[in-house]
Amino acid sequence: MESNEKLNCADEKIKNEVCEMLKQFDNDKQHLITILNEVQEKYGYIPKVAQVEIANYLNIPLAEVYGVITFYSRFSLEPKGKYNISICLGTACFVKGSKELLERAKQKLGIEEGKTTEDGMFSLDTTRCVGACGLAPVFTVNNEVYGKATVKLLDEVIDNIKANL
Amino acid sequence: MGKTITEIEEIRKYKRAELDLRVNTAANTREKHILVCQGTGCTSSKSPKIAEKLEKMIREKNIDNVRIVKTGCFGLCSKGPIIIIRPEDTFYSLVTLDDVEEIIESHIINGKVVERLLCKDISGTVVNKLDELPFYKKQMRIALKNCGVINPEDIDEYIAFDGFKALENVLTSMSQDEVIDEISKSGLRGRGGAGFPTGKKWAFVKMAQGDQKYVVCNADEGDPGAFMDRSILEGDPHSLLEAMAIAAYSVGANKGYIYVRAEYPIAVQRLKIAIEQEREYGILGENIFGTNFSFDIEIRLGAGAFVCGEETALLESVEGKRGQPRTKPPFPANVGLFQKPTLINNVETYANITRIILNGADWYSSIGTETSKGTKVFALGGNVNNVGLVEVPMGTTLREIIYDIGGGIPNKREFKAAQTGGPSGGCIPKEHLDTKIDYESLAQIGSMMGSGGLIVMDDTKCMVNIARFYLDFTVSESCGKCTPCRIGTKRLLEILQKICDGKGVPEDLEKLEKLANDVKKSAVCGLGQTAPNPVLSTMKYFRDEYKAHVVEHNCEAKECKAMAKIMIDPEKCKGCDLCKKVCPVNAISGEIKEIHTIDQNKCIKCRSCMAKCPFKAIG
Repeated sequence: MESNEKLNCADEKIKNEVCEMLKQFDNDKQHLITILNEVQEKYGYIPKVAQVEIANYLNIPLAEVYGVITFYSRFSLEPKGKYNISICLGTACFVKGSKELLERAKQKLGIEEGKTTEDGMFSLDTTRCVGACGLAPVFTVNNEVYGKATVKLLDEVIDNIKANL
Repeated sequence: MGKTITEIEEIRKYKRAELDLRVNTAANTREKHILVCQGTGCTSSKSPKIAEKLEKMIREKNIDNVRIVKTGCFGLCSKGPIIIIRPEDTFYSLVTLDDVEEIIESHIINGKVVERLLCKDISGTVVNKLDELPFYKKQMRIALKNCGVINPEDIDEYIAFDGFKALENVLTSMSQDEVIDEISKSGLRGRGGAGFPTGKKWAFVKMAQGDQKYVVCNADEGDPGAFMDRSILEGDPHSLLEAMAIAAYSVGANKGYIYVRAEYPIAVQRLKIAIEQEREYGILGENIFGTNFSFDIEIRLGAGAFVCGEETALLESVEGKRGQPRTKPPFPANVGLFQKPTLINNVETYANITRIILNGADWYSSIGTETSKGTKVFALGGNVNNVGLVEVPMGTTLREIIYDIGGGIPNKREFKAAQTGGPSGGCIPKEHLDTKIDYESLAQIGSMMGSGGLIVMDDTKCMVNIARFYLDFTVSESCGKCTPCRIGTKRLLEILQKICDGKGVPEDLEKLEKLANDVKKSAVCGLGQTAPNPVLSTMKYFRDEYKAHVVEHNCEAKECKAMAKIMIDPEKCKGCDLCKKVCPVNAISGEIKEIHTIDQNKCIKCRSCMAKCPFKAIG
């Protein structure tokens, strides 16, 4: 019961914040992607309650909002971990062995790509080019880029985060 | 309150004099500018912190003749973070925070170059100046002219180097048709990949009937491994905005949109700053330079969908929808954004416009080949020594780019293939290294110009696996609208995966080729039509490798792990017999204390022996 109340509280908060944010846009549906980008940026995912608010505000079906969210890889329906590790699988990184990094990250975190660890600390993603091809292969932790990466560097970075939790 | 042309001219004069030392090594001044690259590559290796520390030290030491300038990309990304000191043009590479003090103490205070931070060319010779580096010698910078020279966040620096002069000329002394004629005569073609003549596109939009027209910039650089547009956006955003204004005037539009990847936060930020500054100066807004022409620009962020680089999908996305391509015709020139006539050009195409207006169509068309004029920017990456951004005249050969500019293949490996055009392009083998690059010649050898990604691969790469990699990309990026792309690419990927897993049979090659050609002919948009290119081109040039995969089940490059032979290294084997005991199929033979061997015909590659071996002798 208690946890339910908490959840509702959190939802209520998100709902109010999203409503407030929506005021800066007119209710034309051309702003949908811009709005979703802001919500994604703020919460790390697009909560259901936000989807409902956006659909109401733009006067479009919830299904349309959902359709746009699932079309674009940047939008997520699930919260990301506190530390989101993203392995670049752009061509420049791929030919320099980023696949090995991905395999290692999966093994080390015990999750598949696109998933979050049970404790909510780590999530694992792949990205198609962060544009730092000169440093290939690269991976990012939240927005920090690690270049000329090796399996050893990846291990160190993850271990370091774990040690400081 | 906006500025008049006269006021802009004043800024240009005094600012140009002030910045002379940036482009003139003989400038007679005690001033020094320390240029610190703030492109994505160098930023990733902490260049903002280096700039911060330089600034702090200069304040602390009361040095009054030195200015720290944060610039866009210098191009040689693999040597980042890069610092250049002007006017002497000293090029410091791989600079770390710990080097800052020495640079200030030695170079700035004592006038002594910090030798150990200088770049070496491939032969090991120390190179002092940027211009002397082989990487820059064969380059010709038109689209990237201001990148690495000016501070992209300062509109006055842009003005100093002829900024907005082209727009002034156009608005005060050229008719719409005159501008379009000039662009047509220059021979400029779309740099997004397809190479449609830019002037013709502009003329179509001008002729289209409509109460409202739009100009759009395609800055959704989705090709993985390409960063040309990003560097222009980050290093010289005003040149894009100015060109969009010129385009808008020519076609009769008053509103522009830039559709840019959200994955490029630095580019987005600099664009926002640039737009704000231009509004303040009255270069965007109502009655620009006191004329009847009004124009404003809005930024729209993409959200990670490769297909949105296709122009009609992009328009859908700007409208806030799923980015699914429309059927053509009608073309965007007639029915585009919000159903209105719309001009769409790519960032690099726009980046050429101001130079064409200022230097003339004749000058521009004197550069390049018969059919392809001007220069092309490539993002050179992969197994090559100098990874970075290069701009070369059309007609330069691949060999010149990879060996003279790129410095060749690292680790003494052999060149195997160059991939242009990203997931839409093909792999070019050794025998075509001397092809002069232009739109037609690349298409002829089964690849395409594409947006400018150029990935070099050495002989450790398996071409089947590379084709599989690209198909994996297109399958996940297919929008799902048309069947050939949605299902066809998926089936192509399955066949390739099967081959890479060592389960391929010779008939798979025929199936692969036929299906690839079918998808190419029947898909709705450019993404689907070009998706089979990596398969077709690798099959054409590396057929033997495919055959080895399906007949002998052998991957020469050993990238396809399922086919990799598990062997015992006789140097490391101590004959402990543990592997023999663990092998479930009795494939290992050898007496105790003697070297063991694996019978490849019996081995099922379960890798149990590898895990058991205490001497890491099995691999």
